[in-house]
Amino acid sequence: MVFNIYDFTGLTEWIHEGLSRSLSPGLTLVVEWALIGAGLLTLVALLGLVLIYLERKVSAVIQQRMGPMRVGPWGMTQTVADVLKLLLKEPLMTRNADKFLFNLAPFIVMTASFLALGALPFALGLHIMDLNIGILYITAITSLGVIGILLGGWASNNKFSLIGAIRSGAQIISYELSVSLAILSIVVLTGSLQISEIINTQQNGWWLFKGHIPALIAFVIFLIAGIAELNRGPFDLPEAESELTAGFHTEYSGFKFAFFFLAEFINMFILAGVGAILFLGGWLPLHFGIDNSFNHVMDFIPPIFWFFGKIFALILLMMWFKWTFPRLRIDQLLKLEWKYLLPLNLLNILLMAFIAMQGWYF
Amino acid sequence: MKAIIHYFKTIFAALKTLVKGMAITGHYFIHPKEIITQQYPENRDTLKMFERFRGEVVLLHNENNEHRCTGCSACEIACPNGTIEIITKRVETPEGRKVKQIDRFVYHLSMCTMCNLCILACPTDAIVMSNDFEHAVFDRSQLTKILNKPGSKLMEGVRH
Amino acid sequence: MMADKKAGLKSQEYFINMGPQHPSTHGVLRLLLSLDGEIVKKVEPHLGYIHRSIEKMCEFDSYGQIVHLTDRMDYLASHINNEAVCLAVENALEIEVNERIKTIRTIIAELQRLSSHQLWWGVMGMDLGAITTFLYGFRDREMITDIFEETCGARLTMNYNMPGGLMFDIHPDFQKKVKAFLKHFKKKLPEYDQLLSDNVIFRERTVGVGKLSKEDAISYGVTGPTGRASGFSNDVRKQEAYSAYNKVNFKEILYTEGDCFARYKARIDEMWESMHIIEQLIDNIPEGLYREKMRKVIKLPKGEYYQRVETPRGELGVYIISEGGMSPYRLKFRSPGFSNLSALDHMARGSKIADLVAIMSTIDLVIPDIDR
Repeated sequence: MVFNIYDFTGLTEWIHEGLSRSLSPGLTLVVEWALIGAGLLTLVALLGLVLIYLERKVSAVIQQRMGPMRVGPWGMTQTVADVLKLLLKEPLMTRNADKFLFNLAPFIVMTASFLALGALPFALGLHIMDLNIGILYITAITSLGVIGILLGGWASNNKFSLIGAIRSGAQIISYELSVSLAILSIVVLTGSLQISEIINTQQNGWWLFKGHIPALIAFVIFLIAGIAELNRGPFDLPEAESELTAGFHTEYSGFKFAFFFLAEFINMFILAGVGAILFLGGWLPLHFGIDNSFNHVMDFIPPIFWFFGKIFALILLMMWFKWTFPRLRIDQLLKLEWKYLLPLNLLNILLMAFIAMQGWYF
Repeated sequence: MKAIIHYFKTIFAALKTLVKGMAITGHYFIHPKEIITQQYPENRDTLKMFERFRGEVVLLHNENNEHRCTGCSACEIACPNGTIEIITKRVETPEGRKVKQIDRFVYHLSMCTMCNLCILACPTDAIVMSNDFEHAVFDRSQLTKILNKPGSKLMEGVRH
Repeated sequence: MMADKKAGLKSQEYFINMGPQHPSTHGVLRLLLSLDGEIVKKVEPHLGYIHRSIEKMCEFDSYGQIVHLTDRMDYLASHINNEAVCLAVENALEIEVNERIKTIRTIIAELQRLSSHQLWWGVMGMDLGAITTFLYGFRDREMITDIFEETCGARLTMNYNMPGGLMFDIHPDFQKKVKAFLKHFKKKLPEYDQLLSDNVIFRERTVGVGKLSKEDAISYGVTGPTGRASGFSNDVRKQEAYSAYNKVNFKEILYTEGDCFARYKARIDEMWESMHIIEQLIDNIPEGLYREKMRKVIKLPKGEYYQRVETPRGELGVYIISEGGMSPYRLKFRSPGFSNLSALDHMARGSKIADLVAIMSTIDLVIPDIDR
């Protein structure tokens, strides 16, 4: 049996062997890349549909509404209809906008999301590139997205867009620190930046439980700073609907707007994925103690479901934040980072290093 | 030291207020039964408007195609917007008397503000407000309605 | 800024047109902002985008017809607007309506105040980024609009008042429904506090923002909860009790801070007071006619008449000059929104764009009321 839902290594090797038997090594690589690309595109399209539908329904139920109900059963195909609408819309552009940069910006945002997606392990053996600096790679790539936002806001030739873009710049540069430091406090424990390595260290328990209070603090800081980096929830200042109409994407319409929109959701997925890898054991099932019946039941659920389950749980949490809290002001946003999150984070790392040194984690 | 304690205290107090807010939204999230949305076009059969709801002016007709409008124009005068136009004609009765009768009761729904003043002004209770609220049409001219049905006449015994 | 100049980089103020189409101007208000980065240097409100010349139209309508035009001014307080005109006409004719009419008018006016404040609360949350509050506010408001629809025949522009009384008697279910609403809303109003008032982000956004001192409030003529949050005691219901307000006991909500949070708190407390007023009246509505016998054609004696009432936004004045005819020679509305808006520039100077939005929503603007 080549296909095993618990371990995809066999499947990928079977594809590789099958291809190299009939093709030259160079061509094999090209075909494999194409396959991966197609797979990622499908994943992104599906994620877009599912996440947007989820966001609509979650916000609706929180607000005691029903959400989309008309297109398809329970409004399931509403997102498809919206995508079709966006495709058919006229791509508008303001006069005197910087045409090249204006068109480039959504692609930069989208590319950054795609690149980061490649480093996520979806299940055992289903991992596109397992770099030895995987986590570092993801943090580096996701911060590229802000260039797209800055360019988009600048090139739009609209003051609302410009304010949004500048806000976004200030916000992401600040919160990048907190996200990286929160990640670092787990790296202190694992001793490795390689994602598969980080997951393997959690075979006997997730870092959220194993790492005591510092891990919990790191998790909370990671979530807050991560949401801020996404420009989402209570930190959606670059968009700030009631202040800046739509912030950096005020002037975007049609599919270019859809790119910004989709990238936001993909980034949310990536953030939740990183959170799941670092704190919740990636695709590993939930285990308590060693070798009991509970663990066997948990093992029965395939890893891919575990990974997506954890991601969706984190995404739900983020949606819950977004639909509850008011937005912060720009100076309060920066105050939160520099006066609260950063000092706490530094202290936390110190504590974590001490725990790691003493070997108090189990 | 005091400052440090205060620093951590503010953090915990802040987190507490945030959790309190999330408890409210969380409560509604896990209680989808409390959703209050009405699915409007689907519930058309069961949708009941309140009796006094003012949807549009109608001229009441009985089963013999008779109405109570004498054409006195009280409603036309009472209307603040010029919504109602009453066009009368002189008709000869079988006895040979010439009497005033309404020819057309023109109602411009597009101008009506549903203020109910015409209904109050009517001395013969010929017009009422109906509950119908689905007024959307594709052409503006369809909003100008002739309220008296073709061939209708004044009810016996109704006199201004 | 100074460092920029030294380095030879020129920084300059720039202008932004906030509105007429903007999510947080609640209508077609246009604000010309002069900004230095994110800091507001000057706010210049431009009006006229929804001007319908209601005052001029009044000069050609009979006194009975004027009432329905006032529905369209402050559409969140249509009953109270109607009441203002009716009271002015009744005073001019020296008619004293009976207690039943007064009591019903007061109950409906307080329900209207509640519904207006509920909508304001929802919109305030939305302006600050918490969209969920908007739907919770509307959820509770829905019960009040249903009560209005049942008794008055319309949900928003009710036109329930007439010179000399009311258009209909109250619906037989009115008292039952109002009590059911009060019971429901007493449980929901603490949720408002939990969700927004206590929230640390909300406090950060509102406490100390957009300060207005008592002196400034008086000199700008800022009335209503906006003025009372600055310590300016101006409740017309207390000072010049009309309808049944002299029979009920209620507190005038006064705060002295004058910031956004005080304005917010003043409205939340006012909701409790409104419920208190309704509770006192709902069980003892006296018997009587729902409309006094009036002449068909109302002619006001020659002279000038002024009547003021307390709308959810502040003091609404109706000033009628009559030459003895069927319609007024001149009619002027002193709308609360207009004077409250005039203080916006004073309050917003030196704050951020986000603060401006918070200040604007605590003034509780209704643009058709400002523009008429």
